[in-house]
Amino acid sequence: MTPHMLTRSLDRSATTFILVVAALGVLIPLSNLLLPQGSALQVPTYLVALWGKYVCYAILALAIDLIWGYCGILSLGHGAFFALGGYAMGMYLMRQIGSRGVYGNPILPDFMVFLNWDKLPWYWYGFDMFPFAVLMVLVVPGLLAFCFGWLAFRSRVTGVYLSIITQAMTYALLLAFFRNDFGFGGNNGLTDFKDILGFNVQADGTRAALFLLSCLALIVAFLICRAIVTSKLGKVLIAIRDAESRTRFLGYRVESYKLFVFTLSACMAGVAGALYVPQVGIINPSEFAPGNSIEAVIWVAVGGRGTLIGAALGAVVVNYAKTFFTSGPLAPYWLFMLGALFILVTLLLPKGLVGTFNAWWQPWKAQPVSPIAGSAAREDGVSEPNPAE
Amino acid sequence: MFGYCLDRFRALILSVFLIAAFALPAFAGPFEDAVAKFANDEFSDTEEAIGAIAVSGNPLAFPIISALQDGRLSADPDSKKVFITQADDKIIDAATGAAVDKLPDNAAAVRLNNRLRRTVEAALGGLTLLSPDPAKRVAAAQSVFKSHEEAALPVIEGALAKETDKAAKQAFAEARAAIILFKSDASDNDKLEAVAVIKERGDQEALALLTSAASDQPPLVAKAIAGGISSIQSNLAMWSMVQNAWYGLSLGSVLLLAAIGLAITFGVMGVINMAHGEMVMLGAYTTFVVQEVIRTRYPAMFDYSLLIAVPLAFLVAGAIGVLIERSIIRFLYGRPLETLLATWGLSLVLQQAVRTAFGPTNREVGNPSWMSGAFELGQITITYNRLWILCFTLAVFAILLAMLRYTALGLEMRAVTQNRRMAASMGIATSRVDALTFGLGSGIAGIAGVALSQIDNVSPNLGQSYIIDSFMVVVFGGVGNLWGTLVGAFTLGIANKFLEPVAGAVLGKIAILVLIILFIQKRPRGLFALKGRAVEA
Repeated sequence: MTPHMLTRSLDRSATTFILVVAALGVLIPLSNLLLPQGSALQVPTYLVALWGKYVCYAILALAIDLIWGYCGILSLGHGAFFALGGYAMGMYLMRQIGSRGVYGNPILPDFMVFLNWDKLPWYWYGFDMFPFAVLMVLVVPGLLAFCFGWLAFRSRVTGVYLSIITQAMTYALLLAFFRNDFGFGGNNGLTDFKDILGFNVQADGTRAALFLLSCLALIVAFLICRAIVTSKLGKVLIAIRDAESRTRFLGYRVESYKLFVFTLSACMAGVAGALYVPQVGIINPSEFAPGNSIEAVIWVAVGGRGTLIGAALGAVVVNYAKTFFTSGPLAPYWLFMLGALFILVTLLLPKGLVGTFNAWWQPWKAQPVSPIAGSAAREDGVSEPNPAE
Repeated sequence: MFGYCLDRFRALILSVFLIAAFALPAFAGPFEDAVAKFANDEFSDTEEAIGAIAVSGNPLAFPIISALQDGRLSADPDSKKVFITQADDKIIDAATGAAVDKLPDNAAAVRLNNRLRRTVEAALGGLTLLSPDPAKRVAAAQSVFKSHEEAALPVIEGALAKETDKAAKQAFAEARAAIILFKSDASDNDKLEAVAVIKERGDQEALALLTSAASDQPPLVAKAIAGGISSIQSNLAMWSMVQNAWYGLSLGSVLLLAAIGLAITFGVMGVINMAHGEMVMLGAYTTFVVQEVIRTRYPAMFDYSLLIAVPLAFLVAGAIGVLIERSIIRFLYGRPLETLLATWGLSLVLQQAVRTAFGPTNREVGNPSWMSGAFELGQITITYNRLWILCFTLAVFAILLAMLRYTALGLEMRAVTQNRRMAASMGIATSRVDALTFGLGSGIAGIAGVALSQIDNVSPNLGQSYIIDSFMVVVFGGVGNLWGTLVGAFTLGIANKFLEPVAGAVLGKIAILVLIILFIQKRPRGLFALKGRAVEA
């Protein structure tokens, strides 16, 4: 990423966003660690973990927004990439338990001892090394997305067909990971983690560091997405979103562009999953449930499809609402609210919160858009999707 | 004349004896002695008792031995009295048949071991071989076939000679063949004939019998047995194929029923209705409500509950479908991805609404009498509910096809499917067609719910478990042609059931999903894709 690309991609709102995330990433852990327990400003550890979870969701939402908001690919299976990244990290954490497990086997995780396995399956090799695990966090979701996308985009599977088969993909993985003989802990998944890189995962310091890392990852992901959508590549992506056939007729290799963003987006989802697992302390097959992936799409729709800030914001807002309502007396009504959110946002707020705000704010500013800062005009770039979508 | 008198005299003496046996409990005859042996709690004594009772000709013999088989025979070791607990919990004295108030405190059930169980079965078989009811005779002959007790041979042969019922005659012949096959002094020719008879029977039990008889046989017979075994095995393999195909057809019919409404809405309107599964669920809950009302008000009409539920479910789901189309979906035309999200939200709301109204647990929906039970076809069992669902699905399909072909609405729907704008220019009110189409698709989903309530759990999650499968069917079959849905549903159903025994249920399902994903690469618009200009519109 050249400095030129960076400066071009940063307008005022993007800078504000980055600064806010960075400030949160530093202040919340500091307040948790330095201020005395019970002080009014001290953030309790459980909140640090909770907000860490939201930040991971925000990264996932960015990944979805990159392909849906800017390239028109509605993936209903992004939860699968998130979960695969999570499993890769979970496998590393399982290997770190070592002989401290219930059965005390130095090599085999507890569930394998329980299932009477005598040796580690080949695909678990190497996961005791952190760099390898990190590599796998990127490679496994990326590879799956690459193969899947290569098959799908090359034969021009688009629109709802693509959505349906991505849903089938995550459903197939859900069924597979539920099986005990698949070697990933079956129904219970991977849990009971002890430490990461030698630090106790339960400790306040580790949690604070993970939170900071998640915020950093969110900033990096945001910068990458910004760089892409403000580049020429981003213009082609938007062209594909709005008129795929026309873009192809103009001579662009549509499938290569789509494949690139789809794979990149899957890698980002994988990273989000990998950061998510040590903070919540468990990964199990329910993360593959098709419902989860669709829920992630609605975060993007709420925040504003085609606005990166909106996607991240939507993830935090919807999940905060979920935590708020499901833990109170309103819990039985949460699904009503979530369902209504799906319907109302698509009917009344097709541009989402940020997109609607931009559309409302732009005429007020009524300033001629400078040629360099043209990105602001694209921020509300959710054009009416054409019927051929 | 004299002979006649003698017969009468004999009958008289017999009846006197019988009366004596009933009227004088104190009179201890061989039957009573035999019964008392049960109280010794020795397996050998029990065996002797069974043998003696089986040949006694006493009317209590059958109740005693069947009670012994079911563990309802108890004995008091002190008084040496034996009791039968009857099916209605009344207790009688086994030796006399007199009613008893309650079992003595130290009475314990007479114990059996595996060897004795076979003896009991054989004794029961002998006792019922001459029953007046042909079905009982067949059952008795079956049990002899399994036990192949040599002792039963004379009875079997006698029964075979005077048997007139075809099924019973067949069963007796098979039982006789089984005995002869295990009889050490039977001639080779007899044994070969026996093998042929058993081979003809061709089921799992015949296979087990031949396998256990294979050792210690003369070479000629052994060869015939080996031939019989392999022929039965290939026969059974064929039947298991037939069985898989039947299961596949049955699964396919369920898939077709769930997917057909989806195919209509997707084909005509290009709308992905994620709440389709919830329409199925509403149909199932309509059935539940209908049955509840019938159960409490008009219990005699229970057998008609489904006939009432089918039109009602169609109306309920159809009306909700029209409502959804008018209030949500019509604002989202041309935005299929948004429609997908909105209908997903709708499915969450409907599920939660049903969960609030009916509770999260499974509700009980009963099978009417004409849908319960099963019958045998060759070596496979066909349950009536699956058969009815298959017929019902095909009927719904045929009606739908006829509707699309011969009614004005059908004509308009086809026109809109092929070219919406041209249809609109020709004066077809496309928005009315859309609403009716959506109502029709939802109504059919409701009907599917009635059928699925008969084979699946009626819970708020009922629809969710079918939605992905139905999408697969539609995607595989292609839109715009109902035949595609039919072929897609049955192909997936049968492929699934043939993969299951090889790969296991879950892996089979995964394999099917992967195959469909690969198939989509080759034919992105399904098996029966629309061709021409309409495709890109």
